[in-house]
Amino acid sequence: MMWSWIPSNWSQIWELTRQNAFLGIVSPLIGLAISLPLGVVAARWRWFYPPTLVFINVVYAIPSLALFIALIPAFGLTDTTVIIGLTVFSLCVILPNVVAGLLGVPASVKQAATAMGYGPLRRLITVELPLATPVIIAGLRVGVVSSVSLASVGQIIGVSSLGYLFIDGEQRDFPTEIYVGLFMVIALAVVCDLILVGVRWALTPWAAGRNRVPGSRPRWALATALAPIIQERA
Amino acid sequence: MSFFYYAWDWVTTDANWHGSGSIPQQLVAHLGYSGLPLLIAALIAVPAGVLIGHTGRGAVVVVNVANAWRAIPTLGLLILLAVYFGFTLFTWLIPLVVLAIPPILVNVYEGVAGVDPGVKDAAKGMGMTPWQQVVKVEVPIALPLILVGLRTGAIFVVATATIAAYIGLGGLGRFIIDGLANSQYGPVAGGALLVVILALLVLGLFSLLSRLLVPAGLRGTGRDNQ
Repeated sequence: MMWSWIPSNWSQIWELTRQNAFLGIVSPLIGLAISLPLGVVAARWRWFYPPTLVFINVVYAIPSLALFIALIPAFGLTDTTVIIGLTVFSLCVILPNVVAGLLGVPASVKQAATAMGYGPLRRLITVELPLATPVIIAGLRVGVVSSVSLASVGQIIGVSSLGYLFIDGEQRDFPTEIYVGLFMVIALAVVCDLILVGVRWALTPWAAGRNRVPGSRPRWALATALAPIIQERA
Repeated sequence: MSFFYYAWDWVTTDANWHGSGSIPQQLVAHLGYSGLPLLIAALIAVPAGVLIGHTGRGAVVVVNVANAWRAIPTLGLLILLAVYFGFTLFTWLIPLVVLAIPPILVNVYEGVAGVDPGVKDAAKGMGMTPWQQVVKVEVPIALPLILVGLRTGAIFVVATATIAAYIGLGGLGRFIIDGLANSQYGPVAGGALLVVILALLVLGLFSLLSRLLVPAGLRGTGRDNQ
């Protein structure tokens, strides 16, 4: 381990980390944006889900390197190729959680919302999706952590990421560089994961271990009233 | 799409099917490089998962380690070992085994731990020994999830063995890595296509296995847990 290499190359390490973070974070977010409508459809019209699940299992089995390569003719050796590949993998882990989260909302809660005069869309946005948040974020966490790690494979086809430190370190026979790459990838994944835990904490004020600040209004009144039910499922 | 055009053109070229480093050779090599680590990982993770699921001890550690495992970049791990030890059996075998263990362990654990307590009590009440309870009741009920774990591990190993071509491992990844080095898209696309087909065959094999092995009353209970 040559510690002095780190400060003298810090600007490059930081640039690669930023690039890796971009690839690893944007992809699951696009995956989430696609999963939400698809998940709502699958939870509402159940026949849609089994074929989707088969499709997801098949796509998830494709090795990342092979998928990147298949996308090269269409998108070249660019960020887009890696982002599309990682988005597809993220979709595979996020969508099942969106469906599970929505199906996990107790029927009594939905009936209560309907009885209070909520229309289907308002009920979905203000009751069902908030209650499904912990499960959806659990899927998003897996998607982000995997994507941050898999983004480094993109370096094999020449798309810049922390994988550069692995490949350059190998060519120069210089383990320090590889250690730094491993450390930065894992640190990046852990930081992203912790941020998502924080997001979940902020979005689910009714969850266990939270004391509401006196006088503050709960964000989702109905959801708060049903806190005991939710705690069982979270 | 031109990916399939290049891939098909390369795969159907007769010369690629003969001689050293031909498609059949690398395919068999890929199966060996994937099968051996999967077997070792299963021999470690299945008994461990059953034990943890049965006793409930160490569950927190298992779940957390399995989550952290996803963050490890396989490429970096392989390269680090290759730089230190050169290309040896252990350079590729150990990472593949280590990385295949968590999905198997977690699914086996969840399958066994998730067995209905009423069923376990019934087994005990019928006078079954702990060994009989595990082998005759808990493992068969957990089988759908055990197979999901083995399937996830297998798919993971096939994919990682492809990447391991970068540090010199044979198998289908050779076509990809060598093709990239020579700026030839034909073998790169062809190799990728073969890897995809192999992964899908593994998927098919496991769906066949679950049809054959899982008791009729339990089908459809295998949840996904990558």
